[in-house]
Amino acid sequence: MAMVQPRSIRTRKLGAHLALLGFVSLVVFPLLLVISISFREGNFATGSLIPERFSLEHWALAFGIPWERPDGTVVQPPFPVMLWLWNSIKVAVVSSLMILALSTTSAYAFARMRFQGKAPILKGMLIFQMFPAVLSLVALYALFDRLGQLVPWLGINTHGALILASLGAVALHIWTIKGYFESIDGSLEEAAMVDGASTWQAFRHILLPLSVPILVVVFILAFIMSIMEYPMASVLLLDENKLTLAVGAQQYLAEHNQRWGDFAAAAVLSGLPITLVFLLCQRWITGGLTAGGVKG
Amino acid sequence: MFVTNASRGLPRHRSRYPAERYTRWALRALTALLVLATLWLVVAFHLRGQWMFSLLFLVLGASLAIVFGRRELMSHRYIFPALAGMGVFVIFPLVYTIGISFSNYSSSNLLSEERVRAQFLDQTYQAEGQAFDFRLVREGNRTRLYLDAKGAGDLEGMRRLVSEPLAHAVEGQPLAVESAEAAPSGEALGLREVIALRDRLQSLTLVTPDGTELKMAGLRSFAPMLPRFAENPDGSLTDRRDGTTLTPDHERGFFVTEDGERLTPGWPVSVGLDNYTKIFTDPDIRGPFLQIFVWTFVFAGLTVVFTLAVGFLLASLLQWEHLRGKALYRTVLILPYAVPAFISILIFKGMFNQNYGEINLILENLFGISPDWFTDPALARTMLLIVNTWLGYPYMLLLCMGLIQSIPRDLFEASAVDGGGPLTNLFRITLPLILKPLTPLLIASFAFNFNNFVLIALLTEGSPDILGASTPAGTTDLLVSYTYRIAFQDAGQNFGLAAAIATLIFLLVVGLSALNLRLSKVKV
Repeated sequence: MAMVQPRSIRTRKLGAHLALLGFVSLVVFPLLLVISISFREGNFATGSLIPERFSLEHWALAFGIPWERPDGTVVQPPFPVMLWLWNSIKVAVVSSLMILALSTTSAYAFARMRFQGKAPILKGMLIFQMFPAVLSLVALYALFDRLGQLVPWLGINTHGALILASLGAVALHIWTIKGYFESIDGSLEEAAMVDGASTWQAFRHILLPLSVPILVVVFILAFIMSIMEYPMASVLLLDENKLTLAVGAQQYLAEHNQRWGDFAAAAVLSGLPITLVFLLCQRWITGGLTAGGVKG
Repeated sequence: MFVTNASRGLPRHRSRYPAERYTRWALRALTALLVLATLWLVVAFHLRGQWMFSLLFLVLGASLAIVFGRRELMSHRYIFPALAGMGVFVIFPLVYTIGISFSNYSSSNLLSEERVRAQFLDQTYQAEGQAFDFRLVREGNRTRLYLDAKGAGDLEGMRRLVSEPLAHAVEGQPLAVESAEAAPSGEALGLREVIALRDRLQSLTLVTPDGTELKMAGLRSFAPMLPRFAENPDGSLTDRRDGTTLTPDHERGFFVTEDGERLTPGWPVSVGLDNYTKIFTDPDIRGPFLQIFVWTFVFAGLTVVFTLAVGFLLASLLQWEHLRGKALYRTVLILPYAVPAFISILIFKGMFNQNYGEINLILENLFGISPDWFTDPALARTMLLIVNTWLGYPYMLLLCMGLIQSIPRDLFEASAVDGGGPLTNLFRITLPLILKPLTPLLIASFAFNFNNFVLIALLTEGSPDILGASTPAGTTDLLVSYTYRIAFQDAGQNFGLAAAIATLIFLLVVGLSALNLRLSKVKV
């Protein structure tokens, strides 16, 4: 490319930067706007991007602290955001740990062992993984409704049901972990097994410690997916104080009572940690996502 | 790759280490407990007549017992938990949904036939002919009801009844009455005092020693509540009030009267292909269904095109070696991917608000227009595409960047030697080279957006509605959200119809994923 004229390069560079900056501003505008609105007085969207009348009211309400306005009226928090966040985190941590346990063990068998029915099972998992859970919501609802009559903590409106229902989405993670296991040389495990280690011991004490990075990535991936899960949670959870954040947050923007400011604070508060985690781990997460698609 | 010793059929030796032996026993006990627990579920579901669920847990428990009971299946023990999870929460719901699609399962046909029958048999009516006159008798500070059968009627041989003191009545629980020889001593209250106590008396249920309930039937009388229906040996019910018969109609799942009128609630029965024929022949359903079907394809297709276009252009800009600050641009550009979708969709919902959203504020100030984003069908669809492109292009950006990296540099050098400009490079080298490995991912992205329920549910909820549709249907609904609304919204709750549409989507998705599997040449 050294042959291209330097002058045209400069104008082209300028053009590229301008185009990129223009696009970046389109991308960032909604996000900056929400941060700005969260510090602005009132629940309406008037005013400039830099708030003129600064107020921490929405933030206090988002943290669940009643807020006293200058004129003496006390505003109660409209929704239990912190409780929703806690519900989301609780469900996400438990279900991610369970997903991790299930997918690691099966990925080990798929990566290392030869057994009957391996190829069809792997392919079948890929096909079933593409079915959206929304479509079988009626069946899932019926299942947990009936199960709840026998085992109350697995019924409708329990977090147990939501955690259990998420265990169906393991195929992607199995493929990701399997790919990683296959990239690790098996000779260490073989050496251990020659020395008398059982299959399980070779897996537990040799392979697992070597695969901590991928386990962390899959955990985070499953965690984020669980936090963002909407359809199942919207059908399985009913009470306001049982909701997860993904289901609860929309109540701020109800048809006739839009709490734009309160929503903004809650959104920044709950969205920021997830966004940061994602950006920090994006290299591995996107690697896993695309690998799940490309290779499998 | 290896085959475990256990799978080869080699015998297991007793471990030298006690700890290991105990662990093995603990695992066996755990397996046995799990098998027993599933068996309990099997029996419980069977007793409730829910054979589908009974069968599910029977299969689950049996496979658990087999996989963990036979040593040759050692390898399968590792994959069993994940497969069980998929089986119970993905494959079973799929099969169950397909099953429902052949039934009339809906909010009016929800309970089993036995439960419906029990509900009818629980209904009671007040037998006017067997009414009791009542008097309120006060004795000291205690007031009792004294009932005296009038005329010929009596209740199981009891003609005179005396209640517990009214003060003992607990709300929601019946008050006991007992047979008496004569009126209790004390002063009978006048009509005015009875009227003053009327609300109290009306809420009162009296119960005789043999369990018959009595309710107030007028200002002077109480009457027994008798079961309204009597069950006949052939399964029909006779209405005791007017002597008519209700016959169970097993074709339609309802009890019908003699003149063919259906009585709700009914129970689910198989209706064959009715739901499918309804989708394709009933004009009130076919119209909206076809409209939504076409829009779903358009939406998914355009989303893929737009996100790919934006992502590809940005990726080719970002791989230009003369550009500085690439890492920063990249981080900012994938922000929409990093922010949780349920938050960014809601942000857009607020921003597009017609009256005080920022977008209309800006448009108003710049051009003096204020579009109705949520009430005009075309604008609502445009908004969905804008938002979905914003949400989806980072994925394409990441994919394209990865693929562009793998294009050999010398191709571009050769192009520069031949005088090719950046546009030639873009459309003659980059695009053709990355399109092939990209295809399976584009299909996956198409399938994902085809079923992009969260976007619709959080942004428009399908509105504006399609006029004249007999099921809840909106102009921005995708097939999935349409299905969801039929199943869970409004009074209709037609699970059978929803399941039929879901089954059709299943077929489409199977086709897409089979195509995908072939194109991506999965190596197992």
